Amino acid sequence: MALQQFAPIAALIILAVVLTFIISNISTIFGPSNNTSRKTAPYESGMQPIGVGMRRMPVKFYLIGVLFILFDIEVIFFLPWAVVFRDLGFYGLAVMGLFFFILTIGLIYEWKKGALEWE
Amino acid sequence: MIDVPSIADLNLTVTFPAVFLALFTMVVLIVDLFIPKDRKIRTAHLTLGGLVVAFVWNVLVFDSNQTALGGMYIADSFSGFINFIALTAAIITCFLSVDYLKRTGIEQGEFYSLLLFSTAGVMFMGAASDLIVVFIALEILSIPLYVMAAMRYRDAKSEESGLKYFILGAFASAFFLYGAALVYGATGTTSLPEIFASVEGIVATDSGARLYLVLGAALIFVGLGFKVAVVPFHMWTPDVYEGAPTPVTAFMSVAAKAGGFAALLRLMVIALPELTANIGDTIAIWQTTIAIVAAATMILGNFVAIVQTNVKRMLAYSSIAHAGYILMGVAAVGTIGVAEEATRAALIYMLAYTFTNLGAFAVVMALEKDDGSGTQIADFKGLSRSRPLLAVMMAFFMLSLTGVPTTAGFIGKFLLFGAALEAGLVLLTIIGVLTSVVSAYYYVRIIVNMYLEDGEGDPAEGATQYLNYATYAAFAGTLIIGLFPFLAVNLLDTMMIAGLF
Amino acid sequence: MENLAQIAPLIILFPAIGAFINFFWGAKMGEGASAMVGTVASGSSFLVALGLLAYLTGNGFNPAVINPPLLDSWIRIDSVGLDISWQTRVDTLSVSMTLFVTFVGTLIHIYAAGYMHGDPRFSRFFAYLNMFLAFMLILVMGNNLLMMFVGWEGVGLCSYLLISFWWDKPGGEGIANSNAGRKAFIANRVGDFGVLIAIFLSFWAFGTLDYYKPNEIPNPQVSAAHLEEETDSSRVFYSFADEDVEMSQLGMFGQVARYVRIDEAASVSLDNARTILNQARGTGDEQLIAQAEALLETTRAEADANRPQFNIGPATFGIGTLLTLITLFMLLGVTGKSAQIPLFVWLPDAMAGPTPVSALIHAATMVTAGVYMMVRSNIMFHHAELTSIIVALIGATTALVAGFIAIGQFDIKRVLAYSTISQLGFMVAAVGLGAYVAAMFHMITHAFFKALLFLGSGSVIHGMEHGHHHVHLHDADHPEAVTHDSHDDDGFDPQDMRYMGGLREKMPVTYWTYLFGTIALAGIWPFAGFWSKDEILLDAWYVGFEKGLFQGFIVLGLLFAAAAFTAFYMWRQIEMVFHGKPRHEAAEHASESSRSMTIPLVILAFFALFVGFINIPSGIGFPFTFGLEGVLGVHLLGDFLEYSIFAEAFNLLTFNALIAIPALAVGIGGILAARSVYGGGKAIDASGQDPLQADPNTALVWNVAYARMYWDEIYFALIINPYIRIADFLYEVVDWGFLHDYFHDSVLIRGYRSMGDLLARPFDLGIIDGAVNGLGWLAGRIGGGLRLTQTGYVRTYAVALLLGVVAVIILMLLPLI
Repeated sequence: MALQQFAPIAALIILAVVLTFIISNISTIFGPSNNTSRKTAPYESGMQPIGVGMRRMPVKFYLIGVLFILFDIEVIFFLPWAVVFRDLGFYGLAVMGLFFFILTIGLIYEWKKGALEWE
Repeated sequence: MIDVPSIADLNLTVTFPAVFLALFTMVVLIVDLFIPKDRKIRTAHLTLGGLVVAFVWNVLVFDSNQTALGGMYIADSFSGFINFIALTAAIITCFLSVDYLKRTGIEQGEFYSLLLFSTAGVMFMGAASDLIVVFIALEILSIPLYVMAAMRYRDAKSEESGLKYFILGAFASAFFLYGAALVYGATGTTSLPEIFASVEGIVATDSGARLYLVLGAALIFVGLGFKVAVVPFHMWTPDVYEGAPTPVTAFMSVAAKAGGFAALLRLMVIALPELTANIGDTIAIWQTTIAIVAAATMILGNFVAIVQTNVKRMLAYSSIAHAGYILMGVAAVGTIGVAEEATRAALIYMLAYTFTNLGAFAVVMALEKDDGSGTQIADFKGLSRSRPLLAVMMAFFMLSLTGVPTTAGFIGKFLLFGAALEAGLVLLTIIGVLTSVVSAYYYVRIIVNMYLEDGEGDPAEGATQYLNYATYAAFAGTLIIGLFPFLAVNLLDTMMIAGLF
Repeated sequence: MENLAQIAPLIILFPAIGAFINFFWGAKMGEGASAMVGTVASGSSFLVALGLLAYLTGNGFNPAVINPPLLDSWIRIDSVGLDISWQTRVDTLSVSMTLFVTFVGTLIHIYAAGYMHGDPRFSRFFAYLNMFLAFMLILVMGNNLLMMFVGWEGVGLCSYLLISFWWDKPGGEGIANSNAGRKAFIANRVGDFGVLIAIFLSFWAFGTLDYYKPNEIPNPQVSAAHLEEETDSSRVFYSFADEDVEMSQLGMFGQVARYVRIDEAASVSLDNARTILNQARGTGDEQLIAQAEALLETTRAEADANRPQFNIGPATFGIGTLLTLITLFMLLGVTGKSAQIPLFVWLPDAMAGPTPVSALIHAATMVTAGVYMMVRSNIMFHHAELTSIIVALIGATTALVAGFIAIGQFDIKRVLAYSTISQLGFMVAAVGLGAYVAAMFHMITHAFFKALLFLGSGSVIHGMEHGHHHVHLHDADHPEAVTHDSHDDDGFDPQDMRYMGGLREKMPVTYWTYLFGTIALAGIWPFAGFWSKDEILLDAWYVGFEKGLFQGFIVLGLLFAAAAFTAFYMWRQIEMVFHGKPRHEAAEHASESSRSMTIPLVILAFFALFVGFINIPSGIGFPFTFGLEGVLGVHLLGDFLEYSIFAEAFNLLTFNALIAIPALAVGIGGILAARSVYGGGKAIDASGQDPLQADPNTALVWNVAYARMYWDEIYFALIINPYIRIADFLYEVVDWGFLHDYFHDSVLIRGYRSMGDLLARPFDLGIIDGAVNGLGWLAGRIGGGLRLTQTGYVRTYAVALLLGVVAVIILMLLPLI
């Protein structure tokens, strides 16, 4: 009885592990690979893990990183909202819609500014 | 069960000026993407349009005295007045920026969205009724300013000022947050009216909560005091003011100050007026501290301003001094019964200072060369001959900053000193009067340079059409408030900080 | 129809916008567009006025008070209860004013488009005209004395600007023009001072400056009729007859009525008690007498307690004294603005302005502002008997004096100026007699025919200038661009009637319309002037014979004489200008003016004939009225104004042939006399003199009129020269002689020097120097120290911030320890 309560959690854990495994490897398996020494480095962000702290490095990685974090934050809001979605009703939808709208504007902006283009 | 509000409960109508401006920022941001690089003046026009809409709406909902956004937002004449200051500052800054940005080669559409964002932050700051909103508004106000300060990124000074401002600002924000957390810990709420309700009990029981509350108040004061640049949190001001593009400096010196003081006044008037040492006292605990800080600010700001030779830097120190004067009003709030008068005085002082200081900066910009030179006091020599009108207006702004009658500055000082005397802060008032006498020295020196010193006079090539609009607007504002103070006073005549007076 | 009154603020807004446009863009727009803007703005105001008239007729003539948005609580000082809103008042009085102001104004705009053609400041002129209209309408439409005062000052300003409009003419003339403007302004300032005092007194006594509160019905009769019809429950109507209405809810006029009623009640009870005492004395019964005396005592005490008292400064007034004071100060303003004795001297000089200005401002509208103010405050004047007598006498005297002076003038516009003063005297006298309707009636008719006459004279001047230019070919290339430079090298003056004559053939339209205006002004049936002048004379007769008041007789006599003069000087003008033979080559070559100038003349001439029928007295009918009373009704204007004029001050009289026939006879007699003197081509004799001047029997009197009765000289001798002497004395003796030469040089400088010597050597060298050097050293150290703190390093700043935090926390916690 008590254990059965944890069954969904167990399922979630298993799902997470499997999904992670699939997602992280699926591109390696199916995608074309052209490994260079830099690409195989542990931090694929142009950063040398060993050596002097202050040296030149490509700022593009940081830009992408910052943008990623910005949009990643949305999850913090979306997840709790999804949990109480039914209780919040239209109000919740409207407020979240606004939030999403603002995020989209950010996306449009960075897109148009060319921040997403690598070169 | 979750208590879900309805959209109607949000009472969006009264929040419209601020909310509209925040949304409009995004419109400007997006629309600007599609405006070609050499047509950025359209962005400026769009921005002005939005500001005017917000301004008109603000007039319409001026003293509606309602709470909105679930009690986190108060629309009363206090917030209306702050909106008024913020929007005026933004509009004038807009005019100041157009040509300046172009000739210094930093014309970017983002400048205007950032300006709007910051303005919205000021407006939320004035209307916040919850510590969380205050904090968010503080960030909305500050972050765009960090960016704007560094806008002239080819100039190392500007970059440095942006970074410096950012790091120290983040540092101060942390203090604010820490203070807010302490207050929350002591009272169990972040809502300002509820904090007010629990203060009396905390003072009466003399519990440990009182210690937290006082500590919290102190740290919040630090956080906001940094924004408004009072001694000893002023160190960043001269560097940043000098390094930032001049319109940004002008905006920072009035709008950021207005926002900071708005939050400070809200907090002290709504939440903590009865934070006294003993129950039944008529003077709040924090009054002495603020009074001492105010005195130090006035003294340091004015004395250091004397030795400056660069007008921008001089105005930076003078803005520190003026923060001291306004802080005097905040201190006066701490005497029970004087809160309304002192708040009104501080608000009117801010409005007067907004017009005057923007005007002074406008004139400085008219003289400023593209490379940032031309702002030495000596550059004002003979201006009365080369640009008589400009010189007259500059003289008027200087007199207003000094506080000479018939100028707006006089009205502000008059009301402030009156409120401080009412509050029993006699020594502080004396310091205020003496330091404003001192300030006359360096303000009048500019007038002397313009009128009495020989010199061929600067042609003031920066005085372009838009800049002139800004100068005239500031001049008109200064003059009108000086001559018809009741126009401003009447706005606050029935002042309601919702629920208190 | 209920909401139609809401358009009232537009009536002010339109000309204001017109002025604004013309000020800023007029010069760029060109003449046509500029004139169009001005005329359309003025015409729109007229349409609004018609709309307001429709509102009044559709709503039982009930007044409405409109609060334009954003202008509520224009001036508010809570501590003294001052709260002035920018309210416009729509009632029959204000609407009848606006109707003729905007109508005549529009015509004059059209006229000015032709008259000012070619002037370098054409658009500025229209901007001023529109600005004037806006201020005039503020004056008329306001619902409080302060708005009236704003308009009052505003029209004064516009008048000043327009009189000295040609300040830049060559020679001494430009200076003369600007001096004329200054004279007008200064004379009006004296009057404005009176108005201000009246406003202060009113506010002091009544605590408000509103005429009536928005929901107040001024006239008891109206309110009773209206209350039954009133369906709009949002407005609470009450009249000031209702005793249960608080005094503070009433406007100043309502309060006056209430105070007067209270005061009279006290007097009545006192009189009753006196009667009882007298009866008791008659019986000789000691006990009764004692009772009656006791009753009188208590009644007197009660009456004293009940009587309203007003504390103005140290003095205490009853309501009667107070009203007398207020109205007397108002009267001072009236004598300034409406050009009455003693302040009328500015108006003749004001003719230096362009002729449309003379027509609009100095004949038809602005100068009637004083009369309007008195009619507006009719309740105050009605209860201030002393003032009323003074008003009547001043008005009648002015009418006669100005009429007399007009006979001795040669300048065509100056004659009309004195005529205006004289006619204003008629109106003022009517107000003094309590005949407010008659005053308004004459004001309206006079506006039409005097505007007509001025525009006609402008047309004549224009024609003369044309003729002059034609002769001299000064502007052969631009014959149209007449620049109104009236005084030429040869001394020719296009305004001087001595150079005219025989213009009837040259300018037929001008002649016939001018003739209409003359006959109307002379008061010949059936023209407008006959009806309105007759009504004033009738009221004078009524006051004298029916009420038995002495001022009625005096006024009647003076006005009859003035009417005779009026007919005389007007016909003299006709003879000199139009009849006979041309006396100057300019007159020979004069030509009719353009269409834009003659059309307004014709329209105005039509009104000069018919506008008198708007107030046909009762008791007269076909054929004298052409049966128009069947269409327009009897006392149309009177019945209209009944809704604005205090009931007790209101009377409409029946036609009286005993007045009308002598009046008519006087008018015709004047014309005949003038005809016999000036007719038949001997208007000016060979030596260039007036026939009356040439005749030794009349020369003495005529010369007095010619010298304008020495008013200016008297003022110079009595007021201005002493003033200048005092100023000279202050300047030369007190300021230079004493303050500069003696006090400054001997006392200040010498004292300062010796003090300086004292301070310099022992004090300065010893103590101060040392201290200053020390301070300098200290400041250097401090500055150095501060400079060290301002390192520019963020880490230093952060540490300083942290130290600051610690300091603040310690300071904050100190009180807790």
